[in-house]
Amino acid sequence: MTENGLGHREKVLNMNTMNPNVKRVEYAVRGPIVQRAVQIEKELKEGVKKPFSEVIKANIGDAHAMGQKPITFFRQVVALCAYPDLLEDNKFPDDAKNRARRILQSCGGGSLGAYSASTGIEVIRQDVARYIEKRDGGIPSNPDNIYLSTGASDAIVTMLKLLTSGEGKTRSGVMISIPQYPLYSAALAELAAVQISYYLDEDKCWGLDVSELRRAVEAAREHCKPRALCIINPGNPTGQVQSRQCIEDVIRFAAEERLFLMADEVYQDNVYAEGCQFHSFKKVLFEMGPEYSNTVELASFHSTSKCYMGECGFRGGYMEVINMDPQVKLQLTKLVSVRLCPPIPGQVLLDLVVNPPRPDEPSYATFIKERTANLEILAEKAKLTEQIFNTVSGIRCNPVQGAMYTFPRLTLPEKAIAAAKEKGQAPDMFYCMKLLEETGICLVPGSGFGQRDGTHHFRMTILPATEKLKIVLENIRAFHKRFTEEFS
Amino acid sequence: MSFLSVREISPKVRSINPTELEPLVKRAAQIKTELTQGVRKSYKDVIDVCWGDPHRGGVKPLTFVRQVLAACMYPQLIHSDKLPVDVRRRAQRLLDVCDGESVGSYTATAGIPYIRSNLARFISRRDGGVPSSPENIFLSSGSQISLTHVLKLLIHNQASLPIGVLTPMSTYSTFKMAVEGLGGAVIPYYLEEERGWELRVEELRRVLREFKDVCNPVALYVINPGNPTGHVQSRTSIEEVIRFAAEERLFLMADEVYQDSIFGEDTEFVSYKKVLSEMGPPLSHQVELASFHSVSKGFMGECGLRGGYVELVNLDPEVKKYIYNIFLTDSSPAVTGQLALDLMVNPPRPGDPSYPVYAQEIKTIKAMLVHNMSRVLEVLNNIPGISCQPITGGAFILPRLHLPQGAVRKAEELGMQPDLWYCKLLLEEAGVCVGPGCEYGQKEGTYHIRLRVLTPVDTMEEVLRRLKNFHLNFLKEFS
Repeated sequence: MTENGLGHREKVLNMNTMNPNVKRVEYAVRGPIVQRAVQIEKELKEGVKKPFSEVIKANIGDAHAMGQKPITFFRQVVALCAYPDLLEDNKFPDDAKNRARRILQSCGGGSLGAYSASTGIEVIRQDVARYIEKRDGGIPSNPDNIYLSTGASDAIVTMLKLLTSGEGKTRSGVMISIPQYPLYSAALAELAAVQISYYLDEDKCWGLDVSELRRAVEAAREHCKPRALCIINPGNPTGQVQSRQCIEDVIRFAAEERLFLMADEVYQDNVYAEGCQFHSFKKVLFEMGPEYSNTVELASFHSTSKCYMGECGFRGGYMEVINMDPQVKLQLTKLVSVRLCPPIPGQVLLDLVVNPPRPDEPSYATFIKERTANLEILAEKAKLTEQIFNTVSGIRCNPVQGAMYTFPRLTLPEKAIAAAKEKGQAPDMFYCMKLLEETGICLVPGSGFGQRDGTHHFRMTILPATEKLKIVLENIRAFHKRFTEEFS
Repeated sequence: MSFLSVREISPKVRSINPTELEPLVKRAAQIKTELTQGVRKSYKDVIDVCWGDPHRGGVKPLTFVRQVLAACMYPQLIHSDKLPVDVRRRAQRLLDVCDGESVGSYTATAGIPYIRSNLARFISRRDGGVPSSPENIFLSSGSQISLTHVLKLLIHNQASLPIGVLTPMSTYSTFKMAVEGLGGAVIPYYLEEERGWELRVEELRRVLREFKDVCNPVALYVINPGNPTGHVQSRTSIEEVIRFAAEERLFLMADEVYQDSIFGEDTEFVSYKKVLSEMGPPLSHQVELASFHSVSKGFMGECGLRGGYVELVNLDPEVKKYIYNIFLTDSSPAVTGQLALDLMVNPPRPGDPSYPVYAQEIKTIKAMLVHNMSRVLEVLNNIPGISCQPITGGAFILPRLHLPQGAVRKAEELGMQPDLWYCKLLLEEAGVCVGPGCEYGQKEGTYHIRLRVLTPVDTMEEVLRRLKNFHLNFLKEFS
């Protein structure tokens, strides 16, 4: 549009010429409700009066944003790497300095500012392999199978790019759970691949039944070529920690159906419920013997953003690929080189996560205290959340077995559902928007993650500090009562 | 037998032409190891002037930048009097705009709003007051990512002909790989070597004619200052390119990451946005432009921090709504990269405690570039069989090798591009790693090597010494 009103000509990049796949990308975690929350924050700053004094962003799995403190040792080492003159400062412990020196030696020119190889700094990939071996009871891990990445998202999207192609009925299909972390649906939409949804069983604490996987893949075969199976364990948004038996069943299924397995394990340290334990897909695969461990193709993903460290902003992550065809691996290596390399500070942080202070080192005591405290507090909040939500009539909450979220089921009055429809909104979006306007609490509606037709949920993080969380839970309880009464 | 064989992976990924550099760099690393293990060679170390990576090459990071970053990463340092007051104040200011006052938090998808505002102010200052809005600025973990995101908007596979992107020969390979990976077609246009690697619109016109039945040209990618050519476009040249883009309805992508690396005496960088604005309506309101910048080059050279941004000019407002969608799957750009961007556009000012050190460091780097540039020209233009265009900006030089027929034949026998073969021999026999011209694209029958000029002066001197010796021996052997 020209200022002086001279005839405006059509843009080169307009809605007709723009890549149509872009239109289909949605990502509820940062979607319209979050945009409204940011607006409200602005209004509060400008002095607009509201029934609340702050917006509580319980929409995104960002621990530091909610007040969790970074792990001291990790930040000491990255600071030493950033400004090596600090190596002379006696305020920093020796073990931090040794880590920093070792890392800087492996950086070009001894600087965090040099590019690394596109798969990541070699020494760090070796450390990651050692960590995986230790975690998995000695099952070997080859550093050549480790690809460092810009957060786990980067590696996940890279794999999807690699695996998907085709048109019409030959389009690749990728299996992902409903509910799911919407990175998967967004990436598949952008790649114009087919999303093959398999439902988790809410009545069985979001458990996974192989018969449901079978149903989904058989139906999908009519209209696409199923290529991969994605599973998030511990789950997001549902928090379930899959049993060992379930993991074996999934592996057997992937083997039978010749599907590439993608195991998103970024919450592997976030396990709270009694009787639950994290089992890595790789470990289970290898314990199932050579019939499976020599054939099933697997990519496992981890990141620095979650667990006890919560370093989302560093964008650190990796994937380990197992049994990948060597020619395919060459293509993968070529593909990652296009984005040059993951941020070095993130690679450094990842190195510290996989190579933390040892019991005989000076920083160990503080480290283990901080780590334990972070995980214990999360476990307490997981329990608290479940307890309080289950006292609210109309909210039903499965135990938060792991991860960082709760995904309770809402019973909404018919009138509310009708009101939502009139507004052109999903009922749980309508609910969450009203909650935001009345209480300042920002959640993400279940429709953003996928759910069974006719059901309604929201995802809330358990990350706010305990006292604040209690207030949030109380406010939601009160809101739900009001809401139900208003729409009776 | 694998479930996933090469046949089954994305054809777009398969179609990406791999870089020639990886095997060279791998071999360089191997030789380094051999040297440490005591293997005897005629040189004591491998010098790598192949990558556009100043720190790897021995250039030091800027003190102010690293002090602020360290204090942001470990905020205890803000209360330590070991760091200058302006460093501590800046670190606190930056932490104030991070959620939870931590660099470990996610940020808004397009980047921290405070930093976007500062970038807008910087751009406006740089461009003599041309307005810039933070709403049009998107941060990313390195400019390669924002380049790819813009390409994603432009490239689709809905039509029978692939989408074409006019791309300079010579250019670095990852841009071409990005276009290919999205299913687009690279339309190569040649720069005029004999005129200092000038960009001529006649050449753009020629390639459009040649390729119009083979693909659907949608975008024109220019690098100014050039990589690897070191050419800095004149204002007139930029105007011509803009007019051409308007006539031919091309989306302009201006990669300006080397805008701070200007060392020719009468040379000045002027941004595409500024020129476009000064050309007035209707062009100034019509031509769609994406301008890219980054912390990887210039004086900071912070490639590893992954900080970049794109400014979008004159985009269709409907399309703009979807820009976010493209950036969403990255979550948010690396925070350290974002902070580095802020430090790049708001460095210490005269009167600030950190200013003297900062100014000295900048001066040293500038002097290094100026010195190296003239030394390289002087030495290379006096070696028989090598000729070199003068450079006025950027970080590289791209000398031409006039290889004897015997050498070209030998390379062909080995099934290798002659300049790649030359580079391999140079590495093995002299321990110097440079980039082969075939990697970047060049006119058929011509051969080049690329050297990074942003290198400590002694290193440059040693590289030139070894290169000269090697080349003279090479000529003896193959003439």
